[in-house]
Amino acid sequence: MDGVHDMGGMDGFGKVEREADEPVFHAPWEGRVMALNRAMGATGAWNIDMSRFSLESLPPTDYLGSSYYRKWFLGLEKRLLALGYVDTDEVAAGHALHAAVPLKRDKLTPDKIDRIMTRGSYSRQPQAPARFKPGDRVRAKNIHPATHTRLPRYVRGHVGVVERIHGCHVYPDTSATGAGDNPQWLYTVRFDNRELWGPDADPTVKVSIDAFEPYLDPA
Amino acid sequence: MSTHSHDDHDHGSELGEMQLRVRALETILTEKGYVDPKALDLIIEAYETKIGPRNGARVVAKAWVDPEFKRRLLADGSAAVAALGHVSRVGDHLVVVENTPQVHNMVVCTLCSCYPWEVLGLPPVWYKAAPYRSRAVKDPRGVLADFGITLPKETEIRVWDSTAETRFLVLPMRPAGTERLSEDRLADLVTRDSMIGTGFPKNA
Repeated sequence: MDGVHDMGGMDGFGKVEREADEPVFHAPWEGRVMALNRAMGATGAWNIDMSRFSLESLPPTDYLGSSYYRKWFLGLEKRLLALGYVDTDEVAAGHALHAAVPLKRDKLTPDKIDRIMTRGSYSRQPQAPARFKPGDRVRAKNIHPATHTRLPRYVRGHVGVVERIHGCHVYPDTSATGAGDNPQWLYTVRFDNRELWGPDADPTVKVSIDAFEPYLDPA
Repeated sequence: MSTHSHDDHDHGSELGEMQLRVRALETILTEKGYVDPKALDLIIEAYETKIGPRNGARVVAKAWVDPEFKRRLLADGSAAVAALGHVSRVGDHLVVVENTPQVHNMVVCTLCSCYPWEVLGLPPVWYKAAPYRSRAVKDPRGVLADFGITLPKETEIRVWDSTAETRFLVLPMRPAGTERLSEDRLADLVTRDSMIGTGFPKNA
């Protein structure tokens, strides 16, 4: 979706503000939100792409006006309600009022923590030969799906060069809708800064994205 | 950390509101049998005490002293780091990119906040915030100036936007005058920002 989350190249957000000796969490609730997300994710309630889409589709004012972990909380609550794990009257009451729905996988217990401390693999068996190889010129498609995509706006329509092939991965655009992995070849595609931002841009800058094959046309 | 941390010091309305809402949601999820608060404690503890930039720093220091490890690290980051054993496991998709006198690498996630948690821990606020995400791909020299860094005009800047499940770690250049330092001492010089590409290692 063409949302405010797709920030590459936008102006007006100001300087990068660093915090000296930044703590891992700025308040205890931030850690709880992070852990609740991980623990519910571990039960198979949703995948990472559904999780990302729920944040992207928050109202733009919430997205831009909330801290990182507040966004995580709003997304978590939204998914739990949408998927029926929790009801609105329970949120209002602050307690369980209805029977639980069955979890897809076991509850995450302390003895199983190691299982989630390593990232899962997103590699999948190829469904077809790779269409591109390193050195190929490709054009990022000019597409504007209303659903989740990982093709940022700032490269759409622009020509780059395939630099690496990462194998075949879960395709987020499909995975986010719950329609399965639909594995696709994944490439690092490098763009010249002037191709992206015009002839006055700094010629020493190159930018790459990791692009799934359906995002690309030969150029 | 206790399950119900009664932090009543209200640093702003968001904190007070969020404390209550998060506590309520955790109560509901616990009562429904979806989550175990003790498991939540352990997840938090791991990120507060075990999984941080020190893990990445050890990888970098090893690459500085061991050319064969560096070769394997650049060829397949996940496999090379997994073989070390002493840092957290990194999953399948770690890509390590090397800074040289000609090329400076910088990592961003313009679409959300993808970051190599296993080697750097949880990302700092600035990495997840709009100023960095918006400007890194268009004006990286300006962003580096915000970090107090100036690169030679002719240095190529390569920005890696983490748009898939690949995760990027920058292998910074080894500081001059560190030939005699041990691997452990070298790791002390490797800053988090130097592994994102928004800083340099400390000098010996």
